[in-house]
Amino acid sequence: MNAPERIEAGDALVVAGKAYRSRLLVGTGKYRDFDETRRAVEASGAEIVTVAIRRTNIGQNAGEPSLLEALPPSRYTILPNTAGCYTAEDAVRTLRLARELLDGHALVKLEVLGDARTLYPNMPETLAAAKTLVADGFQVMAYCSDDPIMAKQLEDLGCVAVMPLASLIGSGMGIVNPWNLRIIIDRVQVPVLVDAGIGTASDAAIAMELGCDGVLMNTAIAKAREPVRMARAMKLAVEAGREAWLAGRMPAKPYEASASSPASGLIAPSASAPK
Amino acid sequence: MSAPIRVVLNGAPREFPAPLTFSELIDELALGGRRLAVERNGEIIPRGRLGEESLADGDRIEVVMAVGGG
Repeated sequence: MNAPERIEAGDALVVAGKAYRSRLLVGTGKYRDFDETRRAVEASGAEIVTVAIRRTNIGQNAGEPSLLEALPPSRYTILPNTAGCYTAEDAVRTLRLARELLDGHALVKLEVLGDARTLYPNMPETLAAAKTLVADGFQVMAYCSDDPIMAKQLEDLGCVAVMPLASLIGSGMGIVNPWNLRIIIDRVQVPVLVDAGIGTASDAAIAMELGCDGVLMNTAIAKAREPVRMARAMKLAVEAGREAWLAGRMPAKPYEASASSPASGLIAPSASAPK
Repeated sequence: MSAPIRVVLNGAPREFPAPLTFSELIDELALGGRRLAVERNGEIIPRGRLGEESLADGDRIEVVMAVGGG
């Protein structure tokens, strides 16, 4: 009999004191329609889903379905983001609107961008916004560069998670600097989630094998040829990577093989085997 | 005779012939029952006060919702 539950119940992702079974967080952008969004999110097993805050489309949307009908806040932890904000002031203003929109919900994703071409985070503005938001009672999960000093400063300001990029948002380039991620994981006590840059399932598994507490992705699922199938692949990859991290990988031995089969008892011991 | 109320709503000028509350504005825009947040001149108007607060001439109003994003 196989154990029905492969992931131990005790291995929860804890963010701001709340436990989540899934270590995969997903975005909701770039899907064909809300039905595809809903099916992909379901297949991913994610419990935390990000949303953006935007102006309502005045006069054009009577009767149009809304995202939060497809992904009800009663079922999912909605994580409003500050995508598109380039200043701390705009990010704080956006998240105050999000808090009102979501009935006082405090958990948010802060991202303050520095450049429209790379969408690289502006860390001075991110730190300033984090300080204001924490003082205002928000629980801040902060998108950041993979600079260990920046990640540590975000933690010191009271962020509940730090989320360094693996590579540029939407690039699908995977983990370009695993060593920095390892330093951040070693130095920071709050959860470290890779956010941005995941391209395919192996990238997510590698992030988890490095010891990340979770992975946040959007485009890798939404822009796969079959988003729902890729969502399932990502779920499995995050679980596999987490299990591998917990299991502890074997030591790598680059210059010497080690046979898995017995060296003795061969039916025809080879006299010609090199010594 | 009240003067028309001119506001900037989500970045575009709008004019209303008579005073109205924010709840009435939301109904007028056919957004009733939706999950929204409203900001006037940079200050959030809590949901519970939308029926009490009225638009004033010159207000800059933002009405926002949640959309897909990463």
